[in-house]
Amino acid sequence: MNPSKASIHPALLREITSLLGAKNVLDRAEDLLLYEFDGSVEKATPDLVVFSRTTEEVSRIVKLAARHEVPVVGRGAGTGLSGGALARGGGVMIVFARMNKILEIDLEACRAVVQPGVVNLDITRAVEHAGLYFAPDPSSAKSCTIGGNVAENAGGPHTLAYGVTTNHIAALQLVLPDGEIVRVGSKNGDAPGYDLCGLFVGSEGTLALVTEITVKLARRPEAVKTLLAIFETIEDACQAVVEITASGITPAACEMLDGWTLRVVEDYVHAGYPLNSGAVLLLEVEGLREAVEGQAAAIESVCKQCRSREVRLAKDDRERDLLWKGRKNAFGALGRVAPSNYVLDGVIPRSKLPLALERIKEIGKKYGFNIGNIFHAGDGNLHPIVLYDPRDAKQFANGITAAREIIHACVEMGGALTGEHGVGMEKNELMGLLFSDADFALMRRVHDAFNPDSSLNPGKIFPLSKGCGEIRIRKKEAVGATL
Amino acid sequence: MTATADVAGRLAETIGPKRVVSAAEELAAYAVDGLVPSAIVRPGSPEEAAEVVRFALAEKLAVLPLGSRSKSELGLPPERYDVAVDMTGLHAIAHYDAGDLTLSVDAGMPLRELEMHLKQQGQFLPLAVPCFESATVGGTIASGIDSALRLQYGSARDFLIGAEFVDGTGQLCKSGGRVVKNVTGYDLHKLLIGSLGTLGIITRLNFRTFPLAPASGGHLAGFEELQAALEFRGAIEKAGLPLANLEVMNPRAAAMIRAILQRSGEVSPSELEREQWFVYASFEGSKEVVQRIAEELEKIVRGMNAGLSRSLENSEEETLGGMLRESFEWLRWASAASVICRLALPMLSAHILAALAQMAEEAVLNAALLVRSAGIVYFTALAQDADETAIAALAKIAAGAKALARAEKGYATLLHAPLAIKQMLAADGAIEIDLPMQQRVKQAFDPSGVVAPGRIVGGI
Repeated sequence: MNPSKASIHPALLREITSLLGAKNVLDRAEDLLLYEFDGSVEKATPDLVVFSRTTEEVSRIVKLAARHEVPVVGRGAGTGLSGGALARGGGVMIVFARMNKILEIDLEACRAVVQPGVVNLDITRAVEHAGLYFAPDPSSAKSCTIGGNVAENAGGPHTLAYGVTTNHIAALQLVLPDGEIVRVGSKNGDAPGYDLCGLFVGSEGTLALVTEITVKLARRPEAVKTLLAIFETIEDACQAVVEITASGITPAACEMLDGWTLRVVEDYVHAGYPLNSGAVLLLEVEGLREAVEGQAAAIESVCKQCRSREVRLAKDDRERDLLWKGRKNAFGALGRVAPSNYVLDGVIPRSKLPLALERIKEIGKKYGFNIGNIFHAGDGNLHPIVLYDPRDAKQFANGITAAREIIHACVEMGGALTGEHGVGMEKNELMGLLFSDADFALMRRVHDAFNPDSSLNPGKIFPLSKGCGEIRIRKKEAVGATL
Repeated sequence: MTATADVAGRLAETIGPKRVVSAAEELAAYAVDGLVPSAIVRPGSPEEAAEVVRFALAEKLAVLPLGSRSKSELGLPPERYDVAVDMTGLHAIAHYDAGDLTLSVDAGMPLRELEMHLKQQGQFLPLAVPCFESATVGGTIASGIDSALRLQYGSARDFLIGAEFVDGTGQLCKSGGRVVKNVTGYDLHKLLIGSLGTLGIITRLNFRTFPLAPASGGHLAGFEELQAALEFRGAIEKAGLPLANLEVMNPRAAAMIRAILQRSGEVSPSELEREQWFVYASFEGSKEVVQRIAEELEKIVRGMNAGLSRSLENSEEETLGGMLRESFEWLRWASAASVICRLALPMLSAHILAALAQMAEEAVLNAALLVRSAGIVYFTALAQDADETAIAALAKIAAGAKALARAEKGYATLLHAPLAIKQMLAADGAIEIDLPMQQRVKQAFDPSGVVAPGRIVGGI
């Protein structure tokens, strides 16, 4: 007997199918398999995958699921890196891929109203003719959806100067776990009362499902310069980031690739990264021509003081795109050297960058991993990459232990567990490193104020073990490797 | 023994006599909207603040956290108010990593003092808010009042990265952290911005700091017609120039600024006396950037029929910028009675500004209008008397401003008004917001309604 089919109530399946039509409902095991992964190392299988087309449909699906006491989880493109869009409690997965319309563009007010399934980059494509763009740019911008960005409060290389998703969201339409449709925020981003928009962005789908998003659009700066600073050692590159930050220069982006990683990337992308270097910094400055000139010169001088071998300036858009192509396709390149990789997302104060990289190296050595580093150095958001073979159980277990130690080290340095990937079902058991019982109790009350039965995206953010009744998963227990 | 003495006495037993004040004249100074507390507590630690809340829970009392009290009139009249929790005793810098541009500071730290600390490292916090001389950092965040530098640096939600606070159950809680990028857990600290004390007592706040710009500049343009001033403003926005502030003043507001600066012997542009609509722009950056922006503004103004267009001296930019930052403060004391409404509009238009001005004119009252970035308008109606007729006229104007904002799909908040008008319009604000959603947040933070009950929109 098919276990997936067995676990969903036949009446619920019938009701949802009659609401959405058979072509918008998947219940066969082989179809569901496609939805048991995201970009993380976690895994969980939904009982039913459905494609909604309107907010009203989402509301009705949620009501039907609630009547049958079945959990619901929302999903965009499934590019998440913390298991946020996995059905940890089984149940109904609502995929927003078909709610992908841009509903309204207001060039005058610099706002766009979009459905959650709109791909991040498509917002920019729709408004760039007017010199506008949507600033948050996760590396997956070509495929990830804005709904997922909102749920996870996604970042990206250019958030250093422009802020993460939450800084660019003005209003949301939401469906609560009881099916109620509500709106929070306002078009100009200044609604009276509590900043509910600020609460819902980054709540990882644990409070409500987002069905419509009003985004703020930014104006393209008149000038941009992209620099590649080449260093003999990663220590020198780290020091350069510390000095750039401390001297008050705010580049639009400041990305680091260590020597090992850049060689893997170069072999695949041919971005022009020098193979014999210890590390490179990919830096971008944007703004008025005069500001860009000044900042580029200042960055070059700081890098030289930190023993940079060479600072190259991208001559034209082609060179610039190539340098970025290397950065944005890095994770694809890593797929060529190991069957699987595990990307961490710890954050540290930028003044601790050299120390952090040293600690990561030590931890890698201890467990026999070569841990690559390709990350948002400018805002202290590390992405250590542990390469492993999932068929080797011992190696995988060691990888998880090493990852946990790295996160501990970040917290010891005054940092946090995750800068942009979210807690999800991957780091929830580590939340106790940062939060006390009183903190959890308040977060739990906020959670319960909107999602009292944990019917929406259960098993995320909160440690499963943490006091007060906790996650009331009704269905299957989670599978996969939780940290 | 009176009830007042009872509360103060029992509080003194719990927290220590040195921390508790109950002298009548001091209590009077802590009145909010006519309500006088029974006791004032000045906690010496976050734990003591938590103890006060637990005391209030046990005694079924309501507490109101306060900083320097410069803006305690913001918000609705409290439903109950027994104990004032004065947080000015907690004013240390807990952590400052200048190299990381991050700061952790106790709630009672005055903004001016903090400014001096940060300046030593060539940095600052872009909270350019009224009552800057006295305001505390905690009170500023709780008040949610606009920063004059919002256009360039965003509002507090863009640079507040973490907070510690006592919730309504008397527990010390935290949210966020001390790093500039962080998605670990819910962003509860964002809810504290503009919460007016209703979610708990803020004890510490974490911010990202910003480097001070090496140079700054200012520009002033004057227009006979409002429409022309707005066209100029629109053209500047479209040009995408990185400005620190961009503000439009009506002739009355400009004249008031000029008069105040003259009275205190400060430099100010004499042109402000003209009967014109003024557009003020300030900007900062390297010398080259400042020069370039000044040139661009001159270019934009050409052909726009401006009666005035010139760069401001640094001293003028400083005094004028300071007056605009402080506008809420001087506007509320400028006449015998006044209402100040803050309108947040999705789209700025000449007709709504004209409609506001006309409302005041019909009531034979003067009106000061200040238009900020992000569609924010400060509309002040000034009455020379505080008699019944004047109050009635002001009340009508306040209600009218709310209705106008609503018709434009925006919001109007009453920042300052005689108490009678505040009480009259208290229930009105709830129309625009999703009250049940807001109430869920309050209920989660403060299930017993012990902290600042009734203060926020909708009487939450």
